[in-house]
Amino acid sequence: MPTVSVKRDLLFQALGRTYTDEEFDELCFEFGLELDEITSEKEIISKEQGNVKAAGASDVVLYKIDVPANRYDLLCLEGLVRGLQVFKERIKAPVYKRVMPDGKIQKLIITEETAKIRPFAVAAVLRNIKFTKDRYDSFIELQEKLHQNICRKRALVAIGTHDLDTLSGPFTYTAKRPSDIKFKPLNKTKEYTACELMNIYKTDNHLKHYLHIIENKPLYPVIYDSNGVVLSMPPIINGDHSRITVNTRNIFIECTGTDFTKAKIVLDIIVTMFSEYCENQFTVEAAEVVFPNGKSYTFPELAYRKEMVRADLINKKVGIRETPENLAKLLTRMYLKSEVIGDGNQIEIEIPPTRADIIHACDIVEDAAIAYGYNNIQMTLPKTYTIANQFPLNKLTELLRYDMAAAGFTEVLTFALCSQEDIADKLGLDISATKAVHISNPKTAEFQVARTTLLPGLLKTIAANRKMPLPLKLFEISDIVIKDSNTECIQYVGAKNYRHLCAVYYNKNPGFEIIHGLLDRIMQLLDVPPGEDKGGYVIKASEGPAFFPGRCAEIFARGQSVGKLGVLHPDVITKFELTMPCSSLEINIGPFL
Amino acid sequence: WWHVPVVPATQEAEVIEAELRSTKRWELTAEGEEIAREGSHEARVFRSIPPEGLAQSELMRLPSGKVGFSKAMSNKWIRVDKSAADGPRVFRVVDSMEDEVQRRLQLVQGGQAEKLGEKERSELRKRKLLAEVTLKTYWVSKGSAFSTSISKQETELSPEMISSGSWRDRPFKPYNFLAHGVLPDSGHLHPLLKVRSQFRQIFLEMGFTEMPTDNFIESSFWNFDALFQPQQHPARDQHDTFFLRDPAEALQLPMDYVQRVKRTHSQGGYGSQGYKYTWKLDEARKNLLRTHTTSASARALYRLAQKKPFTPVKYFSIDRVFRNETLDATHLAEFHQIEGVVADHGLTLGHLMGILREFFTKLGITQLRFKPAYNPYTEPSMEVFSYHQGLKKWVEVGNSGVFRPEMLLPMGLPENVSVIAWGLSLERPTMIKYGINNIRDLVGHKVNLQMVYDSPLCRLDAEPRPPPTQEAA
Repeated sequence: MPTVSVKRDLLFQALGRTYTDEEFDELCFEFGLELDEITSEKEIISKEQGNVKAAGASDVVLYKIDVPANRYDLLCLEGLVRGLQVFKERIKAPVYKRVMPDGKIQKLIITEETAKIRPFAVAAVLRNIKFTKDRYDSFIELQEKLHQNICRKRALVAIGTHDLDTLSGPFTYTAKRPSDIKFKPLNKTKEYTACELMNIYKTDNHLKHYLHIIENKPLYPVIYDSNGVVLSMPPIINGDHSRITVNTRNIFIECTGTDFTKAKIVLDIIVTMFSEYCENQFTVEAAEVVFPNGKSYTFPELAYRKEMVRADLINKKVGIRETPENLAKLLTRMYLKSEVIGDGNQIEIEIPPTRADIIHACDIVEDAAIAYGYNNIQMTLPKTYTIANQFPLNKLTELLRYDMAAAGFTEVLTFALCSQEDIADKLGLDISATKAVHISNPKTAEFQVARTTLLPGLLKTIAANRKMPLPLKLFEISDIVIKDSNTECIQYVGAKNYRHLCAVYYNKNPGFEIIHGLLDRIMQLLDVPPGEDKGGYVIKASEGPAFFPGRCAEIFARGQSVGKLGVLHPDVITKFELTMPCSSLEINIGPFL
Repeated sequence: WWHVPVVPATQEAEVIEAELRSTKRWELTAEGEEIAREGSHEARVFRSIPPEGLAQSELMRLPSGKVGFSKAMSNKWIRVDKSAADGPRVFRVVDSMEDEVQRRLQLVQGGQAEKLGEKERSELRKRKLLAEVTLKTYWVSKGSAFSTSISKQETELSPEMISSGSWRDRPFKPYNFLAHGVLPDSGHLHPLLKVRSQFRQIFLEMGFTEMPTDNFIESSFWNFDALFQPQQHPARDQHDTFFLRDPAEALQLPMDYVQRVKRTHSQGGYGSQGYKYTWKLDEARKNLLRTHTTSASARALYRLAQKKPFTPVKYFSIDRVFRNETLDATHLAEFHQIEGVVADHGLTLGHLMGILREFFTKLGITQLRFKPAYNPYTEPSMEVFSYHQGLKKWVEVGNSGVFRPEMLLPMGLPENVSVIAWGLSLERPTMIKYGINNIRDLVGHKVNLQMVYDSPLCRLDAEPRPPPTQEAA
């Protein structure tokens, strides 16, 4: 969930009234926001870097507000204020207009070289804008928020904003060999080639995260004006030449990317938010983008879409009984201008370009419910009559757990993920023999594989509890995962869970008879009699690298091998940092369903 | 003298009273006695040296040789001539000396220890010649229940006493009810799984059927795509999800259904605009460790959709999920998710809230309120908050919503069927319930078994313990 940080006093000034922290928190809650933190720049710096560094910082109160991840229109002060003012019916939602310029339209020509790296671009112009320091900061901050969220860290879309008065169109969006791109980037004093820049930015804490997007491509994207001035090398950096300042009056905005839909949304959001400060409020100057196939499009789209939803559908989905007129009013408060039409049950809803999150009638239903107030909805119980069933494997597990505890064993809960070493080396096995599934992106060795046996978890639990009085008698009933090449299953993923029961006895003596006795008890509970015949169980001498030679047996029940029991090998005991003899038992309980 | 242990025993019966009085005095050790008798080691060494001197090697063989030599040297009574022809030789330096050590010890022996200074006493004690002895005595007097005819009290009732009836005439030693009993030898259930049992119980009481969730490995398709979660969604990042290297891909997917999902994502349909991006099958095949049990719910709903005609259901599950997250005091890479799902004709948001109220009431949580929220696969969505008496604020206790039509309709569920669902973690309410601040104290191999041994029954609707000092996230 993105967090937007706004100056409290500036926010209240824009809202035209003040709130106590509690009142504002309530308003946020009702609207689906969360007042996450009340802080100041000073407090933030002092928390992160200590009081000394914070000394000169501002102590203006900041509100940090959590915004739903799909509400890009609430990612800046301007949008938050507009959303809340409309919600409280203090203003009407503004209408955003795209206009053609008096003179020549700004043109951005895409060449076909961009196709393989970053094929889409959109553009627009904000004319006669009037920034202040706060407005300018908000403009920069919104771009950053969009970059981090909908733009997926600039991978899908990257935004460039330029002082149009320093440039002359038409602009060309092309892709070139990095060694052929040379310009003075933002915040640098001289020109560099793209190759040099990529090297320099490797140590830049902010920009280094974006380098991978183009780093290994033969051609880098770049935008030039008609004089060969570099506007930007998306998605990395803008040129210094066209940098915007608080005094910039005319802004050229370009968004390049790999996702056309998202590029258009991002452009719409920027221009709808900041055209508020243009001489002609909420008016955006169009720009033309010519694609390599020669087709030309005008942006921003600023499309208003009409949707029809029946009033009774909204009432039925929410569980309320409001008149169509009231519902239209509720929706209008959510920035969705609505009116009742037709037979009096139809509501026509206008989806503005700021609300790209509205993609289905259910999104409209939600907004009606929010405006009605979730906490005003009458709670009722569904009449759905159903008979409950337990999942048989879990039912058996639950029953066994209680009787294992009754048999004197204590239940532990260990991790399903572990290191290769835990399930292989430490048990005297080669990893290839375990049939374990392997994780491709573990952050640490603790998450290399899914466990193929419960035993390591139990032994690690003992190791962490060596100070406890002996004997330690532990058990766990949980799932292990094994690679499985049985492709019969329609929803086959290549791996399968098995429900295992594992128990260990740890004491000054190995206590094989105790673990053996536990097996006998488990079989008694499962109603499996001793004996070799098909319905019974028997243990037979066996070998296993984890067990002391001659002290291991395989368990056969109902005609199949279900597991092993025995005295653990001293090497295993040592590798798990234990010092006492230990016997263990591990069976698959699936066959006893 | 009475044998000491008897005194407290009698005291218990209050036949007599005994008062402890202790005194301290100084005594010579065995070595100290010897020195008082025969002189200090250094004096004995001095005396054994004739005027013509003595070979050092010979001196060292004397009983007091080693200790006495160094002391006599430091007292400057004797000297060593290392240049002598047949090895080092020891000579007297003075003609006579005062044996202070012997004199002091004789003073102590004569009961005049107080004549020695504190420093002198402690020096002798360091040489292990003196010892301080504490003498404990009991001052015994008649007790409140004093009697001259003592009969021995019985400690326990025996079978013989029962058969002979002798218990009627015998006095019994009273029990000390302040002492602790002996805990039974027993096994114990894990506290988190005790809470899991209670949640299962609650769902079963409410008529919910348990879904199969015994597949930790899932394809991206069921984990994300089927839930209408777009392929560029941040949750599908390497930073958030554990993907598999082996087996890397799910080879079989229900292809008809996959096509409908693909179309809904990329072009829309079922009344939706869709996300309008290029949906890739390869991305959907990528195997991962499921990030939520909602993948299992999606499979269950898909199976339900294949059964005609539609029958309403109530489903639940509680099982492990995995996140490749940064770990801290309240976050682990794996945790348990609790999920409830109801599918029926005409379910409303009011129904969702109603069923949540019943569910949370069974957990002992009655003060609820609902906040609009965003989840990729539910719309409307609502976060559930409850007022925490201890923390004095509203805390989030769960997330809920109505599954999106873009998720349900491609499965083949009828259009007028709504599916409401909610989820919460098992760990968080358990940490609050048992007052645990660090999740590692509850889950995994590092738990303290004593905590498992000592954990009480889980009764979710009973009064909670005093809250933890820190909020569990």
